[in-house]
Amino acid sequence: MSRIGIFTCWCGENIARTVDVDEVAKEVSSLPGVRCSVNYKYMCSDPGQAMVREKIVSEKLDGVVVASCSPHMHLKTFRKAAQAAGLNPYLVEMANIREHCSWVHHDRAQATAKAVDIIRLSVEKVRNDAALEPIRVPVTRRALVIGGGVAGIQAALDIADAGYEVVMVEREPSIGGKMAGLSETFPTLDCSQCILTPRMVEVGQHPRIKLYSYSEVEAVEGFVGNFKITIRQKARYVDTAKCTGCGECWNVCPLKKNPSEFDFAMGTRPAIYIPFPQAVPARPVIDKKVCAALIRNGCKLCEKKCKAEAINFKDEDKLVEEKVGTVVVATGYKLYNIAKEQDKAWLSGYGEYGYGKYKNVIDSLQFERLVSASGPTNGVLKRPSDGANPKNVVFISCVGSRDNAKGLPYCSKICCMYTAKHAMLYKHKVHDGQAHVFYMDIRAGGKGYDEFVRRAIEQDGAKYYRGRVSKITEESGKLIVRGADTLAGVPVTIEADLVVLAAAMRPADGIEELAQKLNIGYDEFGFLLESHPKLRPVETNTAGIFIAGACHAPKDIPESVAQASAAASKVQVMLAADELTREPEIAAVNEQTCAACFTCVNTCPYHAVERAELRTGRGAFIKRTARVNPGLCMGCGTCVSVCPSKSADLQGFTEQQVYAMVESLA
Amino acid sequence: MLDGAEEMNLGYYPGCALHGSSNDYEQSLRACLGALDVQLQEINDWICCGATAAHALNHKLSLALPARNLALAERDGLKQLFAPCPLCSMQLLKVQKAVADGNGLRTELSQIVEAEVRGDGQILNLIQVFQTIGLDKLKAAVKEPLKSISAACYYGCLLTRPPEVVHFDDFEQPKSMEAVLAALGAKTVEWNYKTECCGAGMTMSSEDTVLDLAHKILSNAAAHGANCVVVACPMCHVNLDMKQAAVEQRYHEKLGMVIYYLSDLVGLAMGLSAEQLGVNRHFVTKA
Repeated sequence: MSRIGIFTCWCGENIARTVDVDEVAKEVSSLPGVRCSVNYKYMCSDPGQAMVREKIVSEKLDGVVVASCSPHMHLKTFRKAAQAAGLNPYLVEMANIREHCSWVHHDRAQATAKAVDIIRLSVEKVRNDAALEPIRVPVTRRALVIGGGVAGIQAALDIADAGYEVVMVEREPSIGGKMAGLSETFPTLDCSQCILTPRMVEVGQHPRIKLYSYSEVEAVEGFVGNFKITIRQKARYVDTAKCTGCGECWNVCPLKKNPSEFDFAMGTRPAIYIPFPQAVPARPVIDKKVCAALIRNGCKLCEKKCKAEAINFKDEDKLVEEKVGTVVVATGYKLYNIAKEQDKAWLSGYGEYGYGKYKNVIDSLQFERLVSASGPTNGVLKRPSDGANPKNVVFISCVGSRDNAKGLPYCSKICCMYTAKHAMLYKHKVHDGQAHVFYMDIRAGGKGYDEFVRRAIEQDGAKYYRGRVSKITEESGKLIVRGADTLAGVPVTIEADLVVLAAAMRPADGIEELAQKLNIGYDEFGFLLESHPKLRPVETNTAGIFIAGACHAPKDIPESVAQASAAASKVQVMLAADELTREPEIAAVNEQTCAACFTCVNTCPYHAVERAELRTGRGAFIKRTARVNPGLCMGCGTCVSVCPSKSADLQGFTEQQVYAMVESLA
Repeated sequence: MLDGAEEMNLGYYPGCALHGSSNDYEQSLRACLGALDVQLQEINDWICCGATAAHALNHKLSLALPARNLALAERDGLKQLFAPCPLCSMQLLKVQKAVADGNGLRTELSQIVEAEVRGDGQILNLIQVFQTIGLDKLKAAVKEPLKSISAACYYGCLLTRPPEVVHFDDFEQPKSMEAVLAALGAKTVEWNYKTECCGAGMTMSSEDTVLDLAHKILSNAAAHGANCVVVACPMCHVNLDMKQAAVEQRYHEKLGMVIYYLSDLVGLAMGLSAEQLGVNRHFVTKA
């Protein structure tokens, strides 16, 4: 290319203060292939862009270098401007003389010289640029939502209400997630089930939502716009089509004393059960680990009782396939496994609190069930050991959270709030009782949140102690809680009837396997990674896959719902068009020279390179070759660096371009 | 002699207590381990580990003192070193950890003690010695199962702590001593003071503190149905046994709690006499 225009920006004073922009513009005007070189105070402004457009036309430019800020900032801006003037947008390059130069240097002469060098590189890149066309990918206009908690429900309803089909996969027998088991929610104390169950019913009845409950994602193939999902429907032993949800089966089942998963073992359930009365779908499952019919071909009372003949002891797992264009992951959280969860056996995770040893030491989700109207005690607070009404309750926050020794340095964010709520709910149920809270800090940022904590302290009389509990022991039925009040500087001993541990939030089990199937990132704790913490908070680094709720980080309900709606809106943007447009700066394999060693196939982090065969027009086999799937490739360049025959290259960033850039500095 | 058991050679670091105020502990160990065919090879020319005094004065001194003992043991080719006092064994492990962590400490300590400190041997406490012998073998050696014993296993502070140094058992809810007693046919009780402090060296400087702590430990063991307390630490024994009369006097409470070393009970179960083990030399000899 020989008609390149260079547009040097002052960025107000940001660049011009350190770099002599006049000098730079003059210097680079004599570079080979440069047709014109101008500078302007704000190149990204309307007059600045107009200048670019005008020069492209008047000087018949066939390449543009904008010397200004980071391409993350304004590359798109200038490519659009160039396109408007009739130039292929991929013939525009940015020379970053702000972040890479003016902002990090003080010496004006040296910074000016460096700016010239940076522009020189970009000019070489443009000289070797090729006009590219965006890639168009057809879209299957359906979405998959993984997880049927409040985040998944919100995302699914938003997408379905916008007119698109949704496939929802939930691994438990019912949707509803953790929220379905909560008593009341902060900061308004509205009943969790009252606000959630209507939404669950909406999902169950929505004409555009296909619900797979008691199912898991088995495998994921394909790429943005064209995913093929294999779903494992776990054997339920109940034909959901025939079943009417009448309840005869679980009433007649003699094996009633199994710890209920939904009640976190605070209550029991039969071997054939629905997790809770408002379950969606209201269809039971049989627990194959305890059912006498499935273990030893005995009992079968439920089968005899079922008028709909829905019981099927021969049921097996089924694999079904669904095609979707995009995926929302909303798999939620679990609680830190108190007194167990340690990678080293000698480091017990809070063994000193006696969780699992003393019946009256419970975690916060168990407490939710004990105070929930739908819980095993119908909302009457009874302590687990003997059913007595606890008169002194100790709440301990940060159990696992913010503790480097336990490997979880992060704050679980919601515990301060729900502990205040617990103290409040307790006082509302046991008027003559006393709630004690041990805390490290009270983190109550949010609308109405701090006021809520103050209410727990001032109106409901919860006693707050800033300090940790060092040990809990049991003496004649009382829990002896020994801790410190570090503000008063005194040790505190409380004889408690019940202790509630606010355990840290962790991502749900199996998150890492799922992330690997979906090819999305996760952090050292298993939380899924967003593409950019500020600007792309619900996107992942794999196109077409979005995240919502506590699988991303500890979150409360409002935040999970907001994020779910954000993810749903991203999905709608993607599904609104018949085809997707993707940036063409991805890898391509020269299939003639490819030696078919497939090193690239094995190293590609996005599984975007495939084994293929080169055939003649008549279908005769010529050779084997690697081939890049443009729907999957993220343009990272790993294949380029590993290819021994130099057959893989990155469009818009070819090796030839890089060499030319390096050589221009010599 | 154990059937089919091979003779076992252990390096032995008695520490000051076992050659002084707690020589009943050493008597018990030698009798018990002798009956199990364990030979104790005492480190030649060992010195004090620094106990609680050294690290209060100077960090490097607190490392150098046990480092010398480690170096001597390594020089003598002792791959396993048994330190019956938990403070001694923790100090030795602390040196091993410091040496392994790098920072040139290994070279520096070797220069200070004028001998190579490798820190690659295995340091054992009393419970680990029985674990190394094997609880199955121990069970096989039992002649008189301890049916009348209902023991409160008392670990004190240092058998399990600091966890990142000693790497032994669950440091809040340990169970290893109970497992040894189960092999002897003894019952154990669940109680609350397993890993609480007995006051240790405060017995000299603040007797009140020790009496208060010892009282809590002993009365809690009794309240949970224990008829004896088992320890694996000379200091714990001093505070619970020797001070028991003072505790009884001060709190007007008859405790009569026999305090056994773990090796006492292993020995008794194997048919050794109280005299052989030195149990008759304890202050509290029967309830």
